[in-house]
Amino acid sequence: MTIAVNSQQEAGELRRPSRPRRRFTGAALAAPFAVLLLCTVLVPIGYALWLSLFTDRLSGLGFDGYRQVFTGLANYTHVLTDPAAHTALGNIALYALIHIPVMFGGALLIALLLNSATVRLRQIWSLAVFLPYAVPGVIAGLIWGYLYSPNIGPLNEALPFDPLGSGGVLSSIVNMATWQWMGYNVIIFYTALQAVPREVLEAARADGAGAIRTALSIKIPMIRPTVFVALMFTTIGSLQLFTEPMVLRTFTGTVTSTWTPSLYIYEAAFTNNDYGRAAAASVLLALASALLSALVMRLSARRSR
Amino acid sequence: MSAPTTTTPRPPVVRSIPAQRRGGDGGSDKARRWTSRGAVHGILVLATLYSVLPLIWLVTSSTKSVGDFSATSAFEFADFHLFTNLSDLFAREDGVFWYWIRNSLLYAGLGAVLGALICTACGYAIAKLDFPGRKLLLSVTLTGVLVPPTALALPLYLLASHLHLVNTFWAVFLPMLTNPFGVYLARTFADAAVPDEVLEAARLDGAGELRIFFTIALPMMMPGFVTILLFQFVAIWNNFFLPLVMLTDPQLFPMALGIYQWSTRALQFPDYNPLVITGSLLAVVPLIVAFVVLQRQWRSGISAGSVK
Repeated sequence: MTIAVNSQQEAGELRRPSRPRRRFTGAALAAPFAVLLLCTVLVPIGYALWLSLFTDRLSGLGFDGYRQVFTGLANYTHVLTDPAAHTALGNIALYALIHIPVMFGGALLIALLLNSATVRLRQIWSLAVFLPYAVPGVIAGLIWGYLYSPNIGPLNEALPFDPLGSGGVLSSIVNMATWQWMGYNVIIFYTALQAVPREVLEAARADGAGAIRTALSIKIPMIRPTVFVALMFTTIGSLQLFTEPMVLRTFTGTVTSTWTPSLYIYEAAFTNNDYGRAAAASVLLALASALLSALVMRLSARRSR
Repeated sequence: MSAPTTTTPRPPVVRSIPAQRRGGDGGSDKARRWTSRGAVHGILVLATLYSVLPLIWLVTSSTKSVGDFSATSAFEFADFHLFTNLSDLFAREDGVFWYWIRNSLLYAGLGAVLGALICTACGYAIAKLDFPGRKLLLSVTLTGVLVPPTALALPLYLLASHLHLVNTFWAVFLPMLTNPFGVYLARTFADAAVPDEVLEAARLDGAGELRIFFTIALPMMMPGFVTILLFQFVAIWNNFFLPLVMLTDPQLFPMALGIYQWSTRALQFPDYNPLVITGSLLAVVPLIVAFVVLQRQWRSGISAGSVK
């Protein structure tokens, strides 16, 4: 995440050491957020790191209850060698590999169609596809859960596979997330497309490029930075997948209590009270998310060169 | 793969060479334009149906009784039962649903107003004022955007339990105030909307820095403020993981958590189904109304957040 501190120069002019009050006001205006950031993000991260090095053990003969014991990286090796964690990782990887291309493909297609001159009433189309974003994840999970359920929703009979069975549940969850987030990305891409300079498009047309050709070799490359930022946020979001599978658990036993990494953390912490292991898993999840977003940004920098 | 452009009136010069080399006369060109217009609208209709049908299902289902819910087909209207469902919803468990509505409004409404104000102040300070640790704060904030909230939930829970804050209003309210992305947005808005000359002029007139922020900069940043407010409202309204972890007292639940808890009972007690569905409708409607009314705000906000 490299965002240049711009307007450095003007800011430099403003910042004269002879203005201590300005410095004081700056600190005062920034302080509430700085305190919140410290207390609800930095301290918890540090605490998770610390916790992940300890394990609760029964002390002595077990008469004194549990005691925190320093176990170094044992929690990390536990998580990294836990078959349940591997399954969760596999599920989330497969989920992301299907969800991201499907959603981005769909969102790009719709944004390009809205951007093409043949379409009228663009506001209404884009508002319609955006609406699912306004639906809370729990509610989206419940709506689709009912729609997948036999005797209640139409999908169970209409689909060739059981959307709540072991073969179908992954695509069902992919569908729930795609439904919620596609419209949001349509708006992002559509807004970016509208900023593509007219002259460039007219030049392409003058060179004889058709609509599809213009879309593929002019429009999409020009909004590439936007697509990569969206890709980064989608990747982070995908890794955290929790609400939809959690809600589906009440509809089907196919979704296990450790189906995704976030469910794994929840189970370790609040079902097994194994805080050390849950903290280690949290740290690993945060690390994975940081690495993946760095990778996406790297990729975007290389492409745009 | 270059079909003739489907876009509307082209300047005559452009029309000449490539289109005609493929021998497209006026008639078939027009026909092709009609088919492609049909295809484009066909795809848009499908996308709209996909997005909206589940919501329509929510509306039709909230009007059904328990029996009709599983006996009638999904989109068909049965006997109109909406008002019975609503009065059941508000009567169940001594009207706990009222608490859930109040809590959601408090968590999301108060949280979004306060959170957006905190973000705007900090974004403005980073963009326009100097103070010790400014660069550090900016880089930590940008890193904070990338930290997944689910990884924070467990340590937050344990910290809150040390402070005896678990199962209180504050355990959910305070962490949700922190919005690093909002600060990033506010900084972008401050850079774009507040000219340094205006600030300098106000200073020459002898205005204090705090007064400058509240009476000059904040009004100039109002569109950004509203955007941050709207998105933070949605984020808090939709949040599930943190309340699930922090709260055990149903009277403190936000709507999403309460409805989820009822849904886990519906398998055993089918009479919870209409309550879950009607409750879901009530949880969705305010947000949809907000998004329809505030279209201009969020459209500009989404684009501002994705430019860099």
